[in-house]
Amino acid sequence: MYIVTARSVFDESKPIYIQIMDMIKQRICAGQLSMGEKLPSVREMAGELKVNPNTVQRAYQELEREEMVFTQRGMGTFVTKDKDKIDTVRKELASRLVQQFVEGMFGLGFEEEQIKRCVEAYLEDGYITGPER
Amino acid sequence: MSTVLELEDLKKRYGSIWALNGIDLKVDKGEVLGLLGPNGSGKTTMLKLIAGLARPTDGRILINGQKPGPASKAHTAILPDVDHIYRWMTVQQAIDYVSSFYEDFDYDKARRLIELMNIETDMQVGHLSRGMSERLKLVLTMSRNAELILLDEPLGGIDPTSRDKIVHAIATEYRWEDSAMIIATHLVRDIESIFDKVLFLKSGQIALYGSADELREKYNGSVEDIFKEVFA
Repeated sequence: MYIVTARSVFDESKPIYIQIMDMIKQRICAGQLSMGEKLPSVREMAGELKVNPNTVQRAYQELEREEMVFTQRGMGTFVTKDKDKIDTVRKELASRLVQQFVEGMFGLGFEEEQIKRCVEAYLEDGYITGPER
Repeated sequence: MSTVLELEDLKKRYGSIWALNGIDLKVDKGEVLGLLGPNGSGKTTMLKLIAGLARPTDGRILINGQKPGPASKAHTAILPDVDHIYRWMTVQQAIDYVSSFYEDFDYDKARRLIELMNIETDMQVGHLSRGMSERLKLVLTMSRNAELILLDEPLGGIDPTSRDKIVHAIATEYRWEDSAMIIATHLVRDIESIFDKVLFLKSGQIALYGSADELREKYNGSVEDIFKEVFA
């Protein structure tokens, strides 16, 4: 797993362990981490992300509690092999993105029908034009 | 988890000034504690007392259950905020010199760190730039497999690129399984991601203490934001 080592990949105003969880979930949903694949060790991950190993450990533990990963004693932490679980999490992540987007659009004063047309236009043309949309 | 350091009602007075006024703290193995506060808040005093370089006026310090002394010093590595390496030595000589003092000096680790930090081993210490010299000090401290590592302003007077390297080195070479680390600094932003717990020191007393992530959640901001709030 390749991680860019910019000064900080995190938004430090939010708990870092949650951001690590989200990052791993995203990679699993996107297939960058496949089912049953071994995650980097806590130590490797901490070094790459420049965070405390305890923070990575906490993220792994929470992911395990959510059944996105499982631990094999002495072997490491692995991505779940439960496809339904991954699909559920993918939907959760999608729903969060849509919610953010829609709230943002409402914030700009768009109405439901206009938002739908914007999305359609964007998907078709790659951009949104004109106030009539 | 086992406790490496315990402070009980620790006090230090310089003349009529209480540099530290009643500190209680426990640090376990695996913890990286950010000791945060403005200049003069007592950070350096606290590290000096823990390292056994000064005596407390009152209170108790226990390192692995022992009072600071020759035994605890053998397991405590401190990065001082002053230059402590002979300027006429080359980097290589400085490494050999420091390694001869400490049984827990890990020569391979020193080599890895020197490479990671891009330090030329045949340079004379006195000719190193400020940033390079700080990096060397950090290498010499981090190369010891000490149970307690104390870093006093490891980022002081260092450019952003060097800061990044230092933070990276701390994150990769920190022996999480069997040591604890305390990093005293007022440059919170560049290093806050590696803190596990943070302690805000204000006029020699604890203003705020807790898990970094829990404080972020509670205050809805970064440790730096909280720092500004506490010391505003």
